[in-house]
Amino acid sequence: MSEPEVFSPMGTPGLDPRFPRGDRRSKILGGGSARTTWVAVLSTVVFFTVAGLLIVRSTGWPEVRQSFFDAEEFRYAFPEIVQKFGWNVFIFCVAEVLVLALALLIAVLRSLPGPVFAPLRILAAGYTDIFRGVPTILVIAMFGFGMPALQLKGLPNSDLVWAILSLTLVYSAYVAEVYRAGIESIHPSQVAAARSLGLTRGQALRHVVLPQAVRRVIPPLLNDFIGLQKDSALIAFLGFTEALQRARIIQANDFNFTPYVALALIYLCITIPQTRLVDWLIARERTKRQGGAEL
Amino acid sequence: MTEAIRIEGLHKSFGDLEVLRGLNLQVDDHEVVCLIGASGSGKSTLLRCIDLLEPVDAGRIWIEGDEVTAAGVDPNAVRRRIGIVFQAFNLFPHMTVMRNVTLAQEKALDRSSAEARAKATELLTRFGLSDKADDYPDRLSGGQQQRVAIARALALDPDVMLLDEVTSALDPVLVAEVLDAIRELAGAGMTMVIATHEMGFARDVAHRVAFLEDGRILEQGAPEQMFTGPREAATRTFLDRIIAAGRM
Repeated sequence: MSEPEVFSPMGTPGLDPRFPRGDRRSKILGGGSARTTWVAVLSTVVFFTVAGLLIVRSTGWPEVRQSFFDAEEFRYAFPEIVQKFGWNVFIFCVAEVLVLALALLIAVLRSLPGPVFAPLRILAAGYTDIFRGVPTILVIAMFGFGMPALQLKGLPNSDLVWAILSLTLVYSAYVAEVYRAGIESIHPSQVAAARSLGLTRGQALRHVVLPQAVRRVIPPLLNDFIGLQKDSALIAFLGFTEALQRARIIQANDFNFTPYVALALIYLCITIPQTRLVDWLIARERTKRQGGAEL
Repeated sequence: MTEAIRIEGLHKSFGDLEVLRGLNLQVDDHEVVCLIGASGSGKSTLLRCIDLLEPVDAGRIWIEGDEVTAAGVDPNAVRRRIGIVFQAFNLFPHMTVMRNVTLAQEKALDRSSAEARAKATELLTRFGLSDKADDYPDRLSGGQQQRVAIARALALDPDVMLLDEVTSALDPVLVAEVLDAIRELAGAGMTMVIATHEMGFARDVAHRVAFLEDGRILEQGAPEQMFTGPREAATRTFLDRIIAAGRM
């Protein structure tokens, strides 16, 4: 083992005694001795008590509490919104599957070598530039209002279809760049080794480059998916009754913002576990790489 | 004796850097030729050109009498007939040792998976790796990885093997096990072109030693003659440096 076991300033997980492997909480609290833990706990309690008191004792607090944190309103709105959140789950699940495929296609097109493929590379690059450069809500508005307005035979009229398509187009542009970074991170010697064994360019890509590239980009890819899940709320803009639209209707009827807080909680329930998963995957990848470098 | 490799007037440049300048070389069937020369003399480039991993600028190459630099030749078909082993092993890290050795057999040679596994098992056993078949490359030592790389190349039953400084990236204590594997191959009659800095090994295993300088073969001959009485001053200077560095 090349790493010294005693002290590593970079905090190698598992090797540095201050940070026992995988113990996140002690890392946030400063980690290590009983004294530092006590200081961390104390300063945290003081900070949040002071901040809490400042909010609760502000002049506007009673009004804010009533309009954002009304218990009765919450009991009514929460199940209503959860029910409509099913649409959001449906929308982002379908979009994620489509994004995985479309983004891979775009990334591969952009990685094609040689002068013959220049038009495809330009198309792919233009695609990513445009859809990463325009606010998602504009894309949803243009497709959601524009396409049905064309009144073309055979084009679907459903808000849902255009919303899913818009999210797919936008997030494919981001995820394509993630894939491309993964493809480019694979050392050219891997391709040389594959080609030297008589594999075609396509076989080398399929069996050697992509499996390694995809594995490497899973954490950033999941990050983009969390963004997509949140942006599924933008479909409310088309008037489609998913969770945000439902919350908006309740808010307008009852003149109370508690439904928004309820929706925020629902979102946190699905996004925080995923964020933790991404952190865990990154940490695991790091220890694995260090483990691999020992030989 | 028939000719395994014939190279005439090979030129290769990278930008302004002319690496190969009209190189000629013949290798007979079952012959082992060691390429020696300073780093940057063109040994690796020559091997990569023979395997068509680098497009040649000028010159012609024949493998077993077929010109592989001719127009319309499928480079994939050529590469299946040539095994190459790299300095940095270049195993596929996401596949087991077994899969590393069977992949190209199935995808490039259309062998059945049973056939490919049988061939791989035979080769891994031959190189003392039968217990490593289900491990991933990062669990193996450098010497073991390089022997897997040799097995992977041999699995396609190549006409010739090209070895590009295969021991240069290894811990000194692991060099011997790889050299032994190559000796065994030479003993079995495999045609090989070996770029190496291991002069003792070259002297021992080569039928012929070729000294590269400035992108050409300056001098070649039997190992004894090359190492004890080289004709060219440049060869002598190179060998003196190697001796001074304690590599012979």
